[in-house]
Amino acid sequence: MTRVLATIYALLLYGFIFLPVAVLVLFSFQGTLFPIPPFNGPSLRWYAAVLGDARLTAGLGNSVLVALTTSGLATLLGFLSAWGFARFHLPASAFLRGLITLPLTVSYLIIGMGLLIFFNWIGLPKSLLAAGIGHVVINLPLCFAIIYSQLGEHQANIERAARDLGAGEAKVLLLVTAPMMWPALFAAFFLSMTFSWDEFVISFLLTRFETTLPVEIWNLLRAGLNPKTNAVGAMVFGVSIILAIVFELGAFRKRPQ
Amino acid sequence: MNRASSQRIGWASVTPALLWTLVFFVVPFIAMAVMSLHPKAGEGLSLAAYTQFFTSPSYWLALVNSLEVTAIVTVISVLLAYPFAWILAFIVPERWQRLALMLAVLPFWTSYVVRSYSWLLVLAEKGVVNSALVNLGLLSEPVQLANTRAGTVIGFVHFFVMLLTLTIFANLKQLSPNYRKAAVDLGASGLQSFIHVILPLTLPGIMVGAFLTFVLAIGDYITPQILGGNNELLMPQLIMMQIGRRGDFASASALSLILMAVVTVAYLACARWLKIERA
Repeated sequence: MTRVLATIYALLLYGFIFLPVAVLVLFSFQGTLFPIPPFNGPSLRWYAAVLGDARLTAGLGNSVLVALTTSGLATLLGFLSAWGFARFHLPASAFLRGLITLPLTVSYLIIGMGLLIFFNWIGLPKSLLAAGIGHVVINLPLCFAIIYSQLGEHQANIERAARDLGAGEAKVLLLVTAPMMWPALFAAFFLSMTFSWDEFVISFLLTRFETTLPVEIWNLLRAGLNPKTNAVGAMVFGVSIILAIVFELGAFRKRPQ
Repeated sequence: MNRASSQRIGWASVTPALLWTLVFFVVPFIAMAVMSLHPKAGEGLSLAAYTQFFTSPSYWLALVNSLEVTAIVTVISVLLAYPFAWILAFIVPERWQRLALMLAVLPFWTSYVVRSYSWLLVLAEKGVVNSALVNLGLLSEPVQLANTRAGTVIGFVHFFVMLLTLTIFANLKQLSPNYRKAAVDLGASGLQSFIHVILPLTLPGIMVGAFLTFVLAIGDYITPQILGGNNELLMPQLIMMQIGRRGDFASASALSLILMAVVTVAYLACARWLKIERA
């Protein structure tokens, strides 16, 4: 009896969770002008429309560029600082670590607003660079937290051994610590990628002419319900699923003992 | 290696991240605070942006709406996610659990803007839900779901059910099965062992998830803007409106700081459950 109820409940929840995605993907293949029932299709005309839309393809390119560069920078800064705090006894360490993770507790809207006012003030115009700086601000604490939590005593001993054998600090970091920390670095980088790829409000506030894909999709929404939005949404979903699978295979694969 | 040079290397490695946080997070935050106190360029300090919030009912109402919607969303999401996580953790066979969990959070991977838009498709006047209900004869005419508070709540609940299922699932799996066995051995019924043993043990995890829901929902602009429309404004919508339509940065800054203060109060209220420790 419990089992039957549990199955029904689980199916209802799965239904709720999948309903919007299913509708999104189904009506991306709509043959007519509106993504509402009845379904007339399948047709690929809206996918062709997306690929033929210069703004959307430019947005896609910008999103990839911003996601790659900001995730790389956030992972690098996060790794260096996590290593510094884990290996050296620095004064006020707890306070400074708290400072680095502080942006995690503030909503993106407020971070974006602060940067908008700050950039106005120093005269940095709205641009992909401005949005990219914001993306590093939101991803750095995440990268730091992930990598810091994985830097244990075990690796410290190996680093000490490398130093005893004559390696300088830079060599230890590059040739010993970084390879050992590979799963954490990978997790930090990919998580940042997905956050940056999906980020809307900071890019919305800090870019103007050249912008990222979520902002271009937002601009499409002004036209109301439109199968083209479905098509581009379904494509973004596809890319994200691929990222998720790569992440799953890379970060959680059982390593040979 | 002597102590001084070791310190120097330590500082060299943490400085870039600290500087980044200082210049692009702390300083902008201060700039925002200063801005909120200078409503008119060239004039002195003034609390006008704040008094405006506390005296004008339409501004107040945005905060009240935000708190109401967030509270409703948090409660519904926890109530829906807990049994779901339970089923995934204890009823689904072990070998299928990973797949079942991955499927349960798959739409997480749609972009945030797209996810809200998808709900708009579902809830629109001629959308899937209304068409189905009218065709089945359950409704004589479509009900308005999009551009209402219900739309916002549904969109939020969808996202946070996934998030909470993940956190509660992790929590349930960490429990040793011995607790349940011990409770049953000592004569507790299934329900009793749940209420007196499992629930208290998973409460910290629920609180963390609920807090995350609160923080993320109250600061979100996209879901209320797309699904709730402009009939009823939430705080983030009001803030964006100050910047967009009115170019009033002082007011937008003041409202942002008020929103942050609210989140901080919520954090302090939950602080004892939210200890994040190094593994």
